[in-house]
Amino acid sequence: MTKHFLGDTAVLLGRSLRHIARSPDTIVTTAVMPIAMMLMFVYVFGGAIDTGSDSYVNYLLPGILLITVASGIAYTAYRLFMDMKGGIFERFQSMPTARSSVLWAHVLTSLVANAVSLVVVVLVALLMGFRSAAGAPAWLAAAGILILFTLALTWIAVIPGLTAKTVEGASAFSYPLLFLPFLSSAFVPTDTMPGPVRAFAEHQPVTSVVNALRDLFTRQPVGADIWIALAWCVGILVIAYAFAMNTYRRKIS
Amino acid sequence: MTVDQVQEPAIRVQGLEKSYKELRVLRGVDFDVARGGVFALLGSNGAGKTTVVKILSTLLRADAGTARVNGFDVATQAADVRESISLTGQFAAVDEILTGRENLVLVARLRHLEHPGKIADDLLERFSLTEAGTRRVSTYSGGMRRRLDIAMSLIGDPPVIFLDEPTTGLDPQARIEVWQAVRELADRGTTVLLTTQYLDEAEHLADRIAILHQGRIIVNGTLAELKRLLPPAKVEYVEKQPTLEDVFLTLVGTKA
Repeated sequence: MTKHFLGDTAVLLGRSLRHIARSPDTIVTTAVMPIAMMLMFVYVFGGAIDTGSDSYVNYLLPGILLITVASGIAYTAYRLFMDMKGGIFERFQSMPTARSSVLWAHVLTSLVANAVSLVVVVLVALLMGFRSAAGAPAWLAAAGILILFTLALTWIAVIPGLTAKTVEGASAFSYPLLFLPFLSSAFVPTDTMPGPVRAFAEHQPVTSVVNALRDLFTRQPVGADIWIALAWCVGILVIAYAFAMNTYRRKIS
Repeated sequence: MTVDQVQEPAIRVQGLEKSYKELRVLRGVDFDVARGGVFALLGSNGAGKTTVVKILSTLLRADAGTARVNGFDVATQAADVRESISLTGQFAAVDEILTGRENLVLVARLRHLEHPGKIADDLLERFSLTEAGTRRVSTYSGGMRRRLDIAMSLIGDPPVIFLDEPTTGLDPQARIEVWQAVRELADRGTTVLLTTQYLDEAEHLADRIAILHQGRIIVNGTLAELKRLLPPAKVEYVEKQPTLEDVFLTLVGTKA
């Protein structure tokens, strides 16, 4: 059964990518919201926010990238849900096809779709004046963190994708994820926040990921933030993967 | 019922039980399906027909009892069972965003067959879908969708095919299209297990009919045997249905 895992995953990945290519609106919708937020924060609120950095778009971009991923994975849950609801999921499961391939294909599709959205958002940010002195290694590190972050969130998205009863239910889980960046260092520095809020903001995963990305983009020494960010991403990834796989096994047995 | 001594029957179900929480859906289901021909599992909504099909197609585990398909145990030899079967579920299991041809190629690839393109083209022709083959399935009619669905189930020539309520929700023309496809399948020697709640469908298609009621098989026999058991009034109703259909089909101008 596992001998076909790679081949089957590749075939199913091709199928999902074709879906995306035929409805590019999912990529556009994913990118539009974070771009609108970026425009609003940079050109409306940005002037009144004192971040201590010279350019607000430079300060803001890492958080916007995370919001992009959070809105992108809602489509992963949606696509999985649609497969479950239609008979095609059962067809795949009743065929001599590696069973976990169905899930992995969706996860890899999520990586590709989010990568495209992220590139679109970065391009818009460049137009808006985002500049980074980061060299290739720093960009690679940033890409690595974003991939890890996307993977972690994607495995979270798999759970509602498998268990939801309605389309709305399948994507509603992403709303709290979209809010987390607001309670972090993504938009404003945390030191002006009142005690409990600040305590939460400074100890939730988004802040460490945002700080790590920001340090990489601005060529600052990354310090402990990158390790905390990696620990959060890997921790969430492992737990979400275990839960998702467990849910999947219960669904298919 | 005598069993072929040389070969196991295509499907052998013994003492199958399945409950969802307190609801006992299957309470000891026994039946054999000989190789070749169409076997209809008849029952009202909620009788457990789909549950039987899901267990036989390795999608669901039974609580008790055994089921063997093509000589393989569904619980312990699931991979071999999956090589031997195809499932066409209650809802057309087709990918709406892909074209008809892409759907067929996809299944051929997932069954690890050679020349998926040729397999797809042959099936498109066989099911009169060649022209529609390059169109997205979302533009298909219900009948075309079902035909594609069944075509996808034939890829790899599995010896056993499960059709779970293949005509529910279809209009009369589409129903006839599906019936033709099923009959052709049986003529080629494939074993078809069909579930349906329509008496006339079983009557049109099945060589043997079993009725699943309150979690057990209460009758199992040929159409002639079964007809003798049914009250005449019900038979009359069955007889009338094609007549109305004939009228309808004549009026809308489709030849049956």
